[in-house]
Amino acid sequence: MRRSRDLLWIPTFALLVAFAVPWPLWGSDRVVAGLPAWIWWHVGWLGLCALAFRAFVRSGAWERGMGIDAAERAGEADATVDGGDRR
Amino acid sequence: MTAGIGLTVVVGYLVAALAIGLVAYRLTESTAEDYYLANRSIGTLVLLFTTFATLLSAFTFFGGPNLAYAAGPEWLIVMGTLDGVLFAVLWYVVGYKQWLIGERNGYVTLGEMLGDRFGSPGLRALVAGVSLLWLFPYVMLQQMGAGEALVGLTGGAVPYWGGAALVTAFMIAYVTLAGMRGVAWTDTIQGLFMLSVVWVAAAWVVSAVGGVGAATGAMLAARPEFGSFGGGIYTPGFIVSTAITIAFGVTMFPQINQRFFVAESGTVLKRSFALWPVLVLLLFFPAFLLGAWAVGMPVDVPEGANVLPVVLNAYTPTWFAALVIAGAMAAMMSSSDSMLLSGSSYFTRDLYRPFVAPDASARREAWVARTGVVAFATLAFLASLLRPGTLIEVGDTAFSGFALLSLPTLCALYWDRTTRDGMAVGIAVPQAAYLLVVLSSVLPVVPTLPRTVAVAGAGGWDVALGLMVLSAVLTVGVSLLTAPTAESDASRFAVTGD
Repeated sequence: MRRSRDLLWIPTFALLVAFAVPWPLWGSDRVVAGLPAWIWWHVGWLGLCALAFRAFVRSGAWERGMGIDAAERAGEADATVDGGDRR
Repeated sequence: MTAGIGLTVVVGYLVAALAIGLVAYRLTESTAEDYYLANRSIGTLVLLFTTFATLLSAFTFFGGPNLAYAAGPEWLIVMGTLDGVLFAVLWYVVGYKQWLIGERNGYVTLGEMLGDRFGSPGLRALVAGVSLLWLFPYVMLQQMGAGEALVGLTGGAVPYWGGAALVTAFMIAYVTLAGMRGVAWTDTIQGLFMLSVVWVAAAWVVSAVGGVGAATGAMLAARPEFGSFGGGIYTPGFIVSTAITIAFGVTMFPQINQRFFVAESGTVLKRSFALWPVLVLLLFFPAFLLGAWAVGMPVDVPEGANVLPVVLNAYTPTWFAALVIAGAMAAMMSSSDSMLLSGSSYFTRDLYRPFVAPDASARREAWVARTGVVAFATLAFLASLLRPGTLIEVGDTAFSGFALLSLPTLCALYWDRTTRDGMAVGIAVPQAAYLLVVLSSVLPVVPTLPRTVAVAGAGGWDVALGLMVLSAVLTVGVSLLTAPTAESDASRFAVTGD
C-alpha cells in the first residue's frame, strides 16, 4: 500500500538535515537583531524541522512504508474526521 | 563563606534528587522489565525529558560553552544540527522500529534484540561488550565535568577529585536504589529545572552587560572572527564529521537506545519526535551563546576552568550561580545513572546470565548488577583523576565508538538478508580499527595514528566517519557472501502480522 508520494519524505529529510547548517551564509558576518544572521537561520530552521516532523508523523507515511496494519490507520482516520467535526 | 553557600546548595539539591529516587524505588516491582524499563509505561513528557536529561551531560553543559568560548558560537550549529535534526530523524528510523519489535518480543537491551534476531549469543555479547567499552569514557566525562564544576564554584576550596568523588558517590547510591522509574522522574524534574534556570541565567547576564546587541558587540570587538560563519576549527569537514558521528553514536548509547523500548505507546514516541528540535534549541541557544559572549566580558577564565560557572559567578548572586551548577551537576548525575543503569542491564543480561551463570537467581543477578555498577563507577572515577583530554575530546571518542555500531544495527533493522556473520564482521573490524587509533595516542609503544584525514580545502575529517562507511560495507558485503544461519530468524524483526 506504499504511495509514491510518501517517498518524497526521503529527500525532504535529507534537505532538512543538510541545511540545518547555514551553508549559504558561510563566511557571512552580517549581524541582525543583535546576533549573527546565520544563528537566526539555524533557529528558524529548527522551528521548520519541528513543523515538518509533525506533518510527517501525521501523514502516516512510515507506517505505510512498513506495511503496518490498516486497523491503526483506520484509527488515525477516525481521529482526523473528529478533528474536522470540531472545526 | 561563598564556597560554603555554593556547596550547601549543591549538596542539598543532590539529596533532594536522591529522595525522589527513593519514592520511585518504593513503587518499583522487582522484575527486570520494571527496574530497567519502568514496565514500558513512560508517557510523552517524561520520555521527552528523560531522553533530554540524558543528553544534558557535562559534554553539553560545560564542554559546549567552553568550546563556544574558545572557538566561536558555531558549536550551536553543530550541536543543533546533530541533536535537533539528525538525531531526531534517527530517533524515528531506529527508535520507532526498535520500539515496535521490542514491544512484540520483550527486548530490554540492544544486544538482546540483535542476538535473538540472529540466534547468536556471541553477537549479543559482542554488542554488549563494545557498548560497555565506550560507556566507560563517557561516565568518566561526567566525573571530570563535576570535578571541574565544583572547583569553579568554590574557587578551588573543593579540589577537583572531591567534586568527582561526590558525584560518583551520589550516582552509585542513586542507581543502586532506584530503577528506570526513579531515573526518569528525576530526569523530568531536572530537565525542566535546567531549561528554566539557563534562560534565567542568560537573561540575568545579558541585562547586566546591556542587552543582546551589546553582548554580541563586545564579543565581536574581542574576537571579530566569531561573527562570520565558519573559520578556525569549524571547517566543513569538522562540522559534518562531528555532526554525523555524534548523532549516530547517540542512538547506540545504552541509556538512549534503551529509552527506545520504554515508551507507553507509539504516539508517545511520535509526539516526542516532533517536539525534539525545539526543545534542543531551547537548551543549546542560551548555554552556548553565553559561552561565546563571555569572550567580550571582563571575566578571567583560568586555564582548564569551565566558562559558564565563571560568568555566573561574575554576574549573578552566589546562590543563583550555585543553583545552576547544582542543576548541572544533578543533570550529569542523572546522565551518569542512566548510563550505569543501562550498562548494568547490558552486563547482567547479555554477559553474566548467558555466559557465566545461566541459572542465577533474580536475587543474585540484582546483586551482580549492583556490584558491577560500583566497580564500573569506581574505575571510571580513578581514570577521571588522570584527566586524559578535554571534555569535548573524551566525549567525541566515546560517541565515535558508538557510532560504529549504528549502521550494522540499521542494516539488521531494515534488511532481512543481513546475516550473523555480516553483523559480526561489520561490528568487530571497524571497532578494532578505531580502538587501535584511540589507543595509539595513549600508549607510548606504538606511533600515534591520525584521528583526522585532511581533504583539500575542507579541513580534517574524522577517521570514524570512514570507519562508519567501512562498517556498512562490511555488513552488507559479508551478508551477501554468507548464508543466514539456521538459528537466525528475520521474522523476529517484522512489525506486521503475527
